[in-house]
Amino acid sequence: MAKLTFKGGIHPYDGKELSKDKPIKAVLPKGDLVYPLSQHIGAPAKPIVEKGDHVLTGQKIAEAGGFVSAPVYATVSGTVKAIEPRRVVTGDNVMSIIVENDGLYEEVEYPKVKPLEEMTREEIIERIKEAGIVGMGGAGFPTFIKLSPKEPEKIDYVIANCAECEPYLTSDYRRMLEEPEKLVDGIKVYLKLFENARAILAVEDNKPDCIELLKKLTKDEPRISVKALKTKYPQGAERQIIYAAAGRSINSSMLPADAGCVVNNVDTIVAVYHAVYEGKPLMNRIVTVTGDAVADPRNFIVRIGTNYHELVEEAGGFKKEPVKIVSGGPMMGFGIFDLNVPTTKTASALLCLTEDDVSRMEPSACINCGRCVEACPSRLVPSMLADYAEHYEEEEFLSHDGMECCECGCCSFVCPAKRSLTQSIKSMRKMQLAKKKK
Amino acid sequence: MSDLMKVSSNPHVRSKTDTGSIMLTVVIALLPAAGFGIYNFGLDALILILVTVASTVLTEFLFEKVCKRKVTIGDYSAVVTGLLLAMNLPASAPWWIGVVGGVFAILVVKMLFGGLGQNFMNPALGGRCFLLISFTSIMTNFDCDAYAGATPLANLKSGEAVCILDMVVGRTAGTIGETSMIAIVIGACILILMGIIDLRIPGSYIVSFVIFISIFGSHGLNWAYISAHLAGGGLMLGAFFMATDYVTRPITKNGQYLFGILLGILTGIFRIFGPSSEGVSYAIIIGNLLVPLIEKITLPTAFGKGGARV
Repeated sequence: MAKLTFKGGIHPYDGKELSKDKPIKAVLPKGDLVYPLSQHIGAPAKPIVEKGDHVLTGQKIAEAGGFVSAPVYATVSGTVKAIEPRRVVTGDNVMSIIVENDGLYEEVEYPKVKPLEEMTREEIIERIKEAGIVGMGGAGFPTFIKLSPKEPEKIDYVIANCAECEPYLTSDYRRMLEEPEKLVDGIKVYLKLFENARAILAVEDNKPDCIELLKKLTKDEPRISVKALKTKYPQGAERQIIYAAAGRSINSSMLPADAGCVVNNVDTIVAVYHAVYEGKPLMNRIVTVTGDAVADPRNFIVRIGTNYHELVEEAGGFKKEPVKIVSGGPMMGFGIFDLNVPTTKTASALLCLTEDDVSRMEPSACINCGRCVEACPSRLVPSMLADYAEHYEEEEFLSHDGMECCECGCCSFVCPAKRSLTQSIKSMRKMQLAKKKK
Repeated sequence: MSDLMKVSSNPHVRSKTDTGSIMLTVVIALLPAAGFGIYNFGLDALILILVTVASTVLTEFLFEKVCKRKVTIGDYSAVVTGLLLAMNLPASAPWWIGVVGGVFAILVVKMLFGGLGQNFMNPALGGRCFLLISFTSIMTNFDCDAYAGATPLANLKSGEAVCILDMVVGRTAGTIGETSMIAIVIGACILILMGIIDLRIPGSYIVSFVIFISIFGSHGLNWAYISAHLAGGGLMLGAFFMATDYVTRPITKNGQYLFGILLGILTGIFRIFGPSSEGVSYAIIIGNLLVPLIEKITLPTAFGKGGARV
């Protein structure tokens, strides 16, 4: 059988061997926890606690600030120390609730849950909404909205994005190996919501052990299948995984639901599992702490709000001086200049590298080699788009489908002239999106 | 650990391939053909190659020094231009031909248009055509110690018999680098295996050329005639090394097929209907001029915007 894949893409060094063979370790935060009110796409959450309040683990401390928004929960017990702007991974200062950890981890009593069979569609969606679950692969789109398309009966495929195509990241891999039942049970929630849908667990074929394990677990589930996808970046990008797994293609102005698909990544589905089966809100996530600067690279289950410094300490500190620290994977993560930022719902990794390719390699003239065209999964001509962006030729940029760029970074990666193509295109896209909003 | 880290926009990793490594690979891929040229034509060929390469590199260096720009000779692109130009010179040409051609190729065709990546015409071919028009008798004199008289392609045109085996091996008269089909194909394989070029342009070029001469060459599907055309003249060198020049070929995939087909037809016209037996150089530089238009009509359809499965 031909491997399921898409056109374009790249094969960067994957660095997964650094952390893939070590079990996930739980981290108990020591210092203060910082909860930014914007950890998702949409309106910031509104704080419902005040300075000096005592909070418990699992207590809601901020409620959704609009329809497209998500509540935030305390992940330790302690005292609200302040509500003030704090720096997050993007470099912005975001209004945050700071909780001083009392080290007792006293928990609230979680609401009783009904068995899945007895829950209605509305009850399930309300649970997921209340749990503050957002897309944990990086986008941070509130999950309950994804799960409430206009015509749920027209959803044909629920795709579990288990590709994990970003280099260095192994958090989904470890999760699938250690708690595959949670993923499978989580997906059953989706199948309950979409009665005409079949579920596809789409895994890149560099994880044969996961594929085998999931196949074994789902062999008696007629509605769930496991599909092996060709290992290639960005196989886990939403549009690419829909194409590879379900054979449908959407463009930037469509939602997956327009093609009858719902896509969520592993950690999000596991969060749904915790919310629906256990009544627990989204309080932790798995973070891969890795890179050649880290002494003991591995995956941690981290309470949201934990400072990045503590994660590095847990990973044995630095064995070499890091030059570049990235929150997320090397292809789409954020370069950070300071470790003093909190883990958020969308933080998939902390990557510490001893070499910075970007500052080491000086950009030169485009030689028109076409490598960016070959690599672009959105089938664009990145070199032209970057020129239009740099010269601010808006009309040309738009007429050459610049808005179809998914900012995956393939063009910059392959460019032999070391041009920052993605960066130029991304800035122009941001400007255009801001204009649209006005 | 310093307090502040380096930040930049994503992606934070880059491939190891850079312009210099690509150009160096092209230089290496040209060495079999250059080596055979030296073996075939002797010391004259070696001297001409060295002089031409030196002149292209030096011209780029001096131009950038005079204009107070960053010196870019380290990217080997001037070496590629010089080497390609030398491949297109007859071994009997005096040394100054290499210098004049090299200066014209780099100064006029490349640097005055903005340097690497900005030229619209292949510099080596621009230089060659300049020499061909200006110093026609020198550029078409293929008499040398090893061979006397015309190139096999000229013989073919005038109806004389040619030895195809000699043409494939390269033991014929011609320019330094074009005679040996085997040496060029070895170089082409290096380029393809290293991922520098693909077969889109050379393939569509050669196929469309074969179809054209089968129809208009008045020999029909004559195997010997077609092989002689393929092995003779600058077709192989042009198809694999010059038509595939990144800067002056279309960047779009469909554009590359169209470009190759266009070159095949133009080469066919020039070889069959033109006064000269050759036509590859002119075909490619005319093709170069049409690249912006070809790109415009062959822009790819964005993912999810029709064309693909929905």
